[in-house]
Amino acid sequence: MHTQETKAIQVTDLTVAYRETPVLWDIDLDVPPGVLLSIVGPNGAGKTTLIKAILGLVRPAAGNVLIYNKPYAVQRKIVGYVPQRGSVDWDFPTNVLDVVMMGRYGALGWVRRPGKQDRELAMHAIEKVGMEKYTTRQISQLSGGQQQRVFIARALVQDATIYLMDEPFQGVDATTERTIIALLQELRENGKTVVVVHHDLQTVTDYFDWVMLLNIRRIASGPVEETFTPDNLRETYGGRIAFIKN
Amino acid sequence: MLNFFFHTRFDYTLMIVSIGAALLGAISGALGTYAVLRRQSLLGDAISHAALPGIAIAFILTGSKTPLILVLGAAIAGWIGTLFIVTIVRLTRIKYDSALGIVLSTFFGFGLVLLTLIQRQGNANQAGLDTFIFGQAATLLQRDVLTIGILGGFALLITSILWKELKLLVFDEGFAASIGLQTRLLDIVLTSLLVIAIVIGLQAVGAVLMSAMLVAPAVAARQWTNRLNLMVILAGCFGAFSGVVGTFISSSATGIPTGPTIILCVTFMVVFSIVFAPNRGLLWNSIKQRRNRRSLKLVTNRLVESASANNRIIENDNRKY
Repeated sequence: MHTQETKAIQVTDLTVAYRETPVLWDIDLDVPPGVLLSIVGPNGAGKTTLIKAILGLVRPAAGNVLIYNKPYAVQRKIVGYVPQRGSVDWDFPTNVLDVVMMGRYGALGWVRRPGKQDRELAMHAIEKVGMEKYTTRQISQLSGGQQQRVFIARALVQDATIYLMDEPFQGVDATTERTIIALLQELRENGKTVVVVHHDLQTVTDYFDWVMLLNIRRIASGPVEETFTPDNLRETYGGRIAFIKN
Repeated sequence: MLNFFFHTRFDYTLMIVSIGAALLGAISGALGTYAVLRRQSLLGDAISHAALPGIAIAFILTGSKTPLILVLGAAIAGWIGTLFIVTIVRLTRIKYDSALGIVLSTFFGFGLVLLTLIQRQGNANQAGLDTFIFGQAATLLQRDVLTIGILGGFALLITSILWKELKLLVFDEGFAASIGLQTRLLDIVLTSLLVIAIVIGLQAVGAVLMSAMLVAPAVAARQWTNRLNLMVILAGCFGAFSGVVGTFISSSATGIPTGPTIILCVTFMVVFSIVFAPNRGLLWNSIKQRRNRRSLKLVTNRLVESASANNRIIENDNRKY
């Protein structure tokens, strides 16, 4: 059977609470290597918290997370992270190249400054997201889609095996959305595992091959064609979902 | 005026005092950049007020006015105040700004009580402790300036060593933690640097106004540049400049406290920067806006013209048939 297969991410019995209110309740999630997985659920379902718990940014009340069978603390160099675009102040005095270069800080370690090689890697990632015309642009002067691309370039520079992205499609234009999804699919083709918090139910079947339905509890997770069913969606969103394609 | 400068040029005391004011202005300006970017401007205010009882207690315990001892007392009290704020927010439902207000006024009030008590005791050595409230740069001695230089230099050194770590902490704390930076530790380091920047300025600028020396230069500097390193350097320059100018003005006549004078100088720079800086300044924006509006008006006028022309053609056509 497949039970012995190594999981890229393995979440077991994970519970997270802010004060008394549980935000995530007894979550189990196995992510096999090389899938493009979307986490889907209503507002307040705990999607961002799940990503943050996998990254060790919030302390769980119970449960644990393994990245290729080891704790995140020893595996962080193989994990890349794209936070929500709204989580930072874009008026910070810095430019595109500088932000993307931050993706190298983990590899550099304490105190060491980025050098020529880091710069080249950053430039390469900037080209990948089609932002090479904007390298010296102050980041507040970018559109929402461009800011999102900068964040993704920063994660690409991390040269990770697993990518966790919090709403990379939020508030982006159609061109950016196409660029990003092409990039994500390219990452998967190269054997990377990509986990994406996603809002748009209509594009789940087109964009992703795995899906997790989340509403504080895990409703279901697995390949899209088996998991993304009207019944599961109804359970995730309550009665609030009005139409379902197919 | 010229006479004034000739007169003061070789005045040793004034030279010492100006060097001290320049140093503390540069250091608080540079480090204040981080407070401003982290939206912690008010924390600086709380720390500077909370430091006052530390000075009093340090004096009561040691009976000495050695700058290092007083600064140490101030730093410890400032840190305790910060811890109080953090703890109140964590354990109760009191919001951050309320916690700041509570700690600031309680600590400052306590400090005033202690200073009054010390004065009542009639210890002759206590004279001058009350300058820590409103600041008196003229009281800076060589040893004070030395203390400012060493502590401030140390703080700036740490900032440059941890340059990329602190930058990432301020810009994107979540990402910083995800790549394994100990953000808690960095947070403590940054707060400590802030405490140092504040306590070294207390004697010259005073507890009441010291936080303006952190905030104002950084706010002015942000107007002129979009790069962090330039912002830190510019803020340092603005702080140093207003430190020196404020000191000169206040020592040109007796009875002008230095703190408020320095603050007025730096405030002038802030106003000037907010109005006149290119790209971000108000003047620049309003010119740009007017230009945009004019070009928009031209476009709409042209559209209206062509639309009415079209209408005329259509009407004519209709009349034909």
